[in-house]
Amino acid sequence: MTFGGAPHILVGMERTDAELIAAVLRGDAASFEPLVQKYSPRLFATARRYARREDEVEDIVQEVWLKAYQKLSGFRGEAPFEHWLMRMAVRTCYDFLRNHQRNRETAFSEITDAEGDWLEHYAQEPENARENADAARQLVARVLEHLSPPARVIITLLEIEEKSIKEISRLTGWSLPLVKVRAFRARAEMRKFLARMAREKYL
Amino acid sequence: MNIDELERKLIMAARSNPPSDRVPYAFEMRIMERLKQPVFADHWSVWGQALWRAAAPCVAIMVLFTAWTVLSPTASPAEGDIDQELERTVMASFEAEPSAEMNW
Repeated sequence: MTFGGAPHILVGMERTDAELIAAVLRGDAASFEPLVQKYSPRLFATARRYARREDEVEDIVQEVWLKAYQKLSGFRGEAPFEHWLMRMAVRTCYDFLRNHQRNRETAFSEITDAEGDWLEHYAQEPENARENADAARQLVARVLEHLSPPARVIITLLEIEEKSIKEISRLTGWSLPLVKVRAFRARAEMRKFLARMAREKYL
Repeated sequence: MNIDELERKLIMAARSNPPSDRVPYAFEMRIMERLKQPVFADHWSVWGQALWRAAAPCVAIMVLFTAWTVLSPTASPAEGDIDQELERTVMASFEAEPSAEMNW
């Protein structure tokens, strides 16, 4: 594949994904760059759901692009390139979670004062606790960090991104029954964690 | 504390705060530079992957052969026949060549 020059740049003409992919497969590796530019924002947003540190996020996205480049010949074009790429991204994020299962058993003392205050406010007046408060956002990120990798992926896709079971199955490569079972377990795991947090901290 | 309501509030908090899609400066150039670098295959990982892939068929073949050996109906020799079998085996060459003594 050639990287030199810029034969792919056609002024006033934006090439489609299929054309760019075909060019890359013909050996024009530089045609891969517009794909990277176009889809990197989506990949960064996805990776930031699973990794907190920015260097980890960049590593995940870089790995997704390297995999995509290496496996591009396996893209059959039956579905949009974005779907194929997102499937790779979710699976890479899942592998990242499995390889970095740290801090899952940390103590609740790690909860910041602001998060603690929000919880205390919720315990006293549940209906008045604001969902859009920064402390609530930080708290949910912390709760997600304590979940097992499958539970975290399921809660993120099903509850936060509001994807269907079928979409999750397609993204993760898990069968529909497995997604349902893991969704059930993930909700139970999250409730169990919240109950433990409430019991140890505020009761 | 109402855990279901707490869960709902936290999920709503996460929904209302989608992560940023900001891409670091010149990220695509970094990726293209990375793609230019030659890929060095890790021979140990290639071997490891091949061995892991071979493990399942090997186990399956082993199980099939074990089942075949255990379940196939073989006539087990009666006790005492082993001596005769041994004697027959040892003497087989002499029986096959009646003129063996002539060779001495």
